[in-house]
Amino acid sequence: MTSLAAVLTREERPSRPSALAASLTFGWRAMLKIKHVPEQLFDVTAFPIIMTLMFTYLFGGALAGSTREYLQFLLPGIMVTSVVMITMYTGVGLNTDIEKGVFDRFRTLPVWRPAALVGMIFGDVLRYILAATTIMLVGLILGFRPAGGPVGVVLGVALLVVFSFAFSWIWTMFGLLLRSEKSVMGVSMLVLFPLTFLSNVFVDPGTMPGWLQAFVSVNPITHLVAAVRSVMRGDVDGGEVVWVLVASGVLVGVFGPLTMRLYNRK
Amino acid sequence: MSNAPAVHTSGLVKMFGDNRAVDGVDLTVPPGTVYGLLGPNGAGKTTVVRMLATLLRPDGGTAQVFGHDVAKEPDAVRRRVSLTGQYASVDEDLTGMENVVLLARLLGYKRAAARDRAGQLLAAFGLTEAADRQVKKFSGGMRRRIDIAASILNTPDLLFLDEPTTGLDPRSRNQVWDIVREVVAHGTTVLLTTQYLDEADRLAARIAVIDHGKVIAEGTPGSLKASIGAGTIHVRLRDADRRAEAEKLLSATLDAMVQLNSDPVALTVPASSAEQASRALAALAASGIVVDDFSLGQPSLDEVFLALTASGVAA
Repeated sequence: MTSLAAVLTREERPSRPSALAASLTFGWRAMLKIKHVPEQLFDVTAFPIIMTLMFTYLFGGALAGSTREYLQFLLPGIMVTSVVMITMYTGVGLNTDIEKGVFDRFRTLPVWRPAALVGMIFGDVLRYILAATTIMLVGLILGFRPAGGPVGVVLGVALLVVFSFAFSWIWTMFGLLLRSEKSVMGVSMLVLFPLTFLSNVFVDPGTMPGWLQAFVSVNPITHLVAAVRSVMRGDVDGGEVVWVLVASGVLVGVFGPLTMRLYNRK
Repeated sequence: MSNAPAVHTSGLVKMFGDNRAVDGVDLTVPPGTVYGLLGPNGAGKTTVVRMLATLLRPDGGTAQVFGHDVAKEPDAVRRRVSLTGQYASVDEDLTGMENVVLLARLLGYKRAAARDRAGQLLAAFGLTEAADRQVKKFSGGMRRRIDIAASILNTPDLLFLDEPTTGLDPRSRNQVWDIVREVVAHGTTVLLTTQYLDEADRLAARIAVIDHGKVIAEGTPGSLKASIGAGTIHVRLRDADRRAEAEKLLSATLDAMVQLNSDPVALTVPASSAEQASRALAALAASGIVVDDFSLGQPSLDEVFLALTASGVAA
């Protein structure tokens, strides 16, 4: 047995890890947590499958004449809806995680401050990719045939993941701001339901009343869906793609610092 | 810089709403020693530690760790300290090994070095066999050990231990005490909070007694004991019904204030000599009061604490 004295001898201390290395280490922690509690992946696999099947068969015949026809329109949108809805677990997870003693230790380490939260979202990004992949597989089985081919699909998913990473910072803020897991869930639903349904995900906004069209056209989800659709269709709408990337930058720029302010005061 | 005290606070204040949880605390912790913060639940010990560990911002006064202001240079402070909180400060979902490797990586150890260091630490703390078990399956004593192992990964200059033995069985408590002594012998300063007077007495070179957010006494264990009187007679009677009678008798015989403990058969009286002790014993025997246990010794920290807090309430 190694003696306590041997491990206590003072050696040269390693130098402090870079911001990226520290964030990736926290990302590794998120992956270890998935390894030890794999049930948490149920949310990101079963829920998207149900969403896809439900809306394809519910609206397909009525809206597009056939489910197969409708699926070509719906799939990118339902993928966006599912993944964006899953982002709320970032806030719920943080809210429960931060109450535990281990966060006290993290916050007394001399590492780049946001690393613990960035790493946590890195772990969540993995879940977003898993959810998007699941939906794409279900879509392909049901008959989704994107004209953009594999490259279009991968780029579409990448764009969605970038936006979701940025969007997660809203939930980290609420996760730190609100007292309980339930209230985080409540606020998330309040924001996410109108945002995802009052968009171009399910139907063409052309038939909506003017005031609703006004909302739909400024809804970031509408722009994200339009961008992802265009990329998967192989007919890239550069304007929408840029809109999404700029919006992502703005989300991180606004909610990142707000989150860190709360994190430092917690 | 090297002469700077490990901790120096002056007029430190922390408010929670209208409640002054920490109300003007002045502390100086010499480096290389164990310093005990002793007090009951809710006295403000943990709040002091959380401010020193940069987890809470002080609302008034100043606090320095090795000369670095905790509010102005938190990063410099974090480089020197390590915290073992009152509740598990490791991730319960992860295994013992994963926890220590995670922290080693965050402190800058490369992959292989982190695994080596984690293996050494787990071995030194007798946790090799539990290395691949999730921490939530650890016993209370093992949890404390992994917690402390994680805290000394980088051999910190100042280690905060917040109630390290609360809830532990006597064997695990002794193990923690041995670890603390070893850590200090290697040059780390330890700031320990405890509600166990015995613990502070055994480990700490100096003690600050805290109550209602204020330091009510400070000094070496010996000086604290001395400040309350040279010695104390402890008496345990066979029959609780005769305690009132014994109290009168002893206070008349020794002309001193008798303290009644929560134990219904026990009394304590300040006394300084064996001669006084034998007079007390003779007086009790003469009245036919049976004594089961009788001792003359230095006052325990319990008595010091009771006396200090009682006077605090009166003032």
